Amino acid sequence: MSATAEIERSPLTKKELAADKPTWCPGCGDFSVLALYFKLLQNRGLHHEKFATVAGIGCSSRFPYFVQAHGAHYIHGRALPFATGIALSRQDLDVFVFGGDGDAFSIGGNHFNHCARKNVNLTYCVMDNNVYGLTKKQTSPTSPIGFKSKTDMWGAVDKPINPMQQAISAGATFVARTTHTNPKHLLSMMEAAMDHKGFAFIECLSECTEFYDGAFDSSNPRKGGEFRELPEDHDPTDENAAYAISEELVPGYFGVYYQISRPSKQDVEAEVNAKFLKKTKGLKDWEILQQNFDKMK
Amino acid sequence: MSDSSTADEAVSEDPKVSKIHEAVIRIAGNSQDGIQSIGGFLARLAGRSEQEVMTFMTIPSTISGGPSIFQVRLSSGEVLSSGDEADVLMAFYQHSYDNHTDFVKEGGIILYDTAHVEPNPEMEKRFRHIGCPIAELTVEAIGGTAKDKGKNIFALGLIARMFDLDGKRLEGLIAERFLGKPENVTETALSAFHAGNAYPLTTLAEIYEFEEPKARDTEQVVCTGNEALGYGILASGVRFGAGYPITPWSDIMELLRRELPKYDGIFVQCEDEIAAVSMAIGASWGGRVAITGSSGPGIALKGEAIGWAVMAEIPLLVIDVQRGGPSTGMPTNVEQSDLNIACFGGHGDSPRVVIAPSSVEDCFYTAIEAVNIARKYSTPVIILTDQAIATRIEAFGMPNLKETCQDISPDLTPREDHKPYDLSDPDGITQHAAPGTFIKSGKYPVVTGLEHNEMGHPSGSPKMHLDMTAKRHNKLKALGRELPKPEVFGPEEGNVLLVGWGSTQGSLREATERARKAGDSISALTIRHINPLPEGLEDIFSGFNHVFVVENNDGGLYGYGQLCGLLRARYCDTKIQGINKTDGLTWRVKDVLSRVQAKLEDNN
Repeated sequence: MSATAEIERSPLTKKELAADKPTWCPGCGDFSVLALYFKLLQNRGLHHEKFATVAGIGCSSRFPYFVQAHGAHYIHGRALPFATGIALSRQDLDVFVFGGDGDAFSIGGNHFNHCARKNVNLTYCVMDNNVYGLTKKQTSPTSPIGFKSKTDMWGAVDKPINPMQQAISAGATFVARTTHTNPKHLLSMMEAAMDHKGFAFIECLSECTEFYDGAFDSSNPRKGGEFRELPEDHDPTDENAAYAISEELVPGYFGVYYQISRPSKQDVEAEVNAKFLKKTKGLKDWEILQQNFDKMK
Repeated sequence: MSDSSTADEAVSEDPKVSKIHEAVIRIAGNSQDGIQSIGGFLARLAGRSEQEVMTFMTIPSTISGGPSIFQVRLSSGEVLSSGDEADVLMAFYQHSYDNHTDFVKEGGIILYDTAHVEPNPEMEKRFRHIGCPIAELTVEAIGGTAKDKGKNIFALGLIARMFDLDGKRLEGLIAERFLGKPENVTETALSAFHAGNAYPLTTLAEIYEFEEPKARDTEQVVCTGNEALGYGILASGVRFGAGYPITPWSDIMELLRRELPKYDGIFVQCEDEIAAVSMAIGASWGGRVAITGSSGPGIALKGEAIGWAVMAEIPLLVIDVQRGGPSTGMPTNVEQSDLNIACFGGHGDSPRVVIAPSSVEDCFYTAIEAVNIARKYSTPVIILTDQAIATRIEAFGMPNLKETCQDISPDLTPREDHKPYDLSDPDGITQHAAPGTFIKSGKYPVVTGLEHNEMGHPSGSPKMHLDMTAKRHNKLKALGRELPKPEVFGPEEGNVLLVGWGSTQGSLREATERARKAGDSISALTIRHINPLPEGLEDIFSGFNHVFVVENNDGGLYGYGQLCGLLRARYCDTKIQGINKTDGLTWRVKDVLSRVQAKLEDNN
């Protein structure tokens, strides 16, 4: 496509970005995340074809249908490896992955750890509602002990995952926490994540009004709670400090817990390739392959 | 027959030279003895001498050590299988001797290490025995204390002497093999080779010399099936792969990891099989077909994701290097028992393409064919190979790489409008607009595992599921119409048709040739396209009284192997019957023939 066409195109309107009408329940926190995603795309002047929206399975993972752009609704728990595939093979695109706590920390738990340590350059926003909503109220990996669900009718018994600590210990290079009830903060976290080179992880508290109403009230000033930003003296490059301050789950703190600079997966692979490409420079693909076949004569 | 001799007794008298057409040499030892490299050298020498060659090996699934064999069949004419019986057995240990004398031709030669093998007097009556203190002489030649090091190269020297092989060429191959290693490594290897080559084989009355092979039009290359497949993937234009280690697939991922950077491609070693297939699908969505692969257990893990690729109609290449199953099974043995999971291993109705290459050379071209089918029909394609074809070495004509290598870079040309799952296409073929494609109408498609409308957005409409389900199988029907009708090996009419797939092709063809020489009316057919099947098979079957499907898998509850079951379901023809075995070894020609005989007797 021609470069002139790009110059002529103005940033997309919200209408141009919207696709299917969201199927979420009234009052669902995911609406804010979608609205602010549109805002982010508009602010950054990203056109439809310049980014990819990827999700797994769950309420929040319906996300790509609501965005008028190239999107993929993949299988449960595997959105990250799928997104890694597109992020590595098409480095011209901005890749955003959306999902829920079940997708991220239960069925896809291992992918979360490995995507973090590989530091794949993409943005992962987990809309954490502490419950399985799509399947109608089962315990999730982030449900607090005592939470009554259809699978723990007497109250959840297993220690919940701590997303911040898990991300930090797995080697993520950008770890942030926000909430759907503070749009300004949510947008600022999305922007910071997008600017980060490497695996950028945001946990966004996103209330499920249907199955876990009031779960995050303690962090919502409108419900009598307190929105606490990380202390001003918190050093996001200090891994131990970040780990320690993320001990409290709800309400917890909001902001960038941890951010360091480490070569992304894209960078390290490019470095490997550069060494080889120096040797194959100027050769056609078949000539490179011919060298292997000549050795097998 | 004859006693072992030692160097002291040696009399340097030139033995008689006999011309031979072919030879089967079985080298038996332990896996750490480097016997594979003896076989490898012989195979490459054959390739360079315009001979045909095929090898067969067994490897223990232990971490280090354990009995292992490498069999190489060298011929001045055509080689179809690795050979039923060995002309020469080289036995490094007592267990090698005890377990493999049965595979030696009556009157054949057993070369053994006198330090480790005590010959059996009964066997000495049947086979010509030649003892040689292999380990001891190797140490003498190259010094050092590492007793087992270098004895493989010494043994290679012995074989070279026995078969009057081209010493200069072998030296060249040894030097190439150790290229880049310290110079003394090559020198040591050459010393071991010379010592073996100079050993006076006094009890050997004759030396064998191969007949001059037919001159060939093209140069030959020699490699394993896994290598051929790996290089075929590179030629096909694939530049992204993801995998997880599992035997015997790992060779392919190692090769791709090593080679792809030269093309600015990437191969990612993933945390698990599911991540690997998902990453490959994600990359494929990016507009250029990507590859993943595994062996049985890993293919089972990839099943859900492959189902997604069927639903979203994303092109994908999946390699399954089959091994003995189920579960961990026999990781280093051959079996053809993943046909069902490849064709039918998806949840829901999830038609996919399955192709089985039938020789090492075919592995190379199948990779390219599979990628092109995946692109044209926007579908996952599974290549079913197996441990035997993966590890065996064959010689074949140098491919014309300039013509076969292809560029499959993503096409991001802007479009006015785009509807990926267009139901008006008569063949139901989808072509995606990869992310990055500007669509002027402003309407963008979504790819999904949910049943969807023509734009990829979810739809729960009963009619839509009906139409889309039909669309997904109709495109494979269209592919089926395009596939070439397979050619019968031998006459197109007769008593018995042996049907096979994958690595059994050589054994079945050789069995056919041998039977026809004995006056039996047998032909053979290889089916490469397993799903969809090509058209016209029923015409072929109608030319024969019996159709026996010979497979390396279990006949199961009803006596049909996996391909046999598929053919019976497709053609409802009771003359299609199964001949199966699950011993983890390739089919020997004589076993095929005896089983055919037994089946015919059963049927009468």
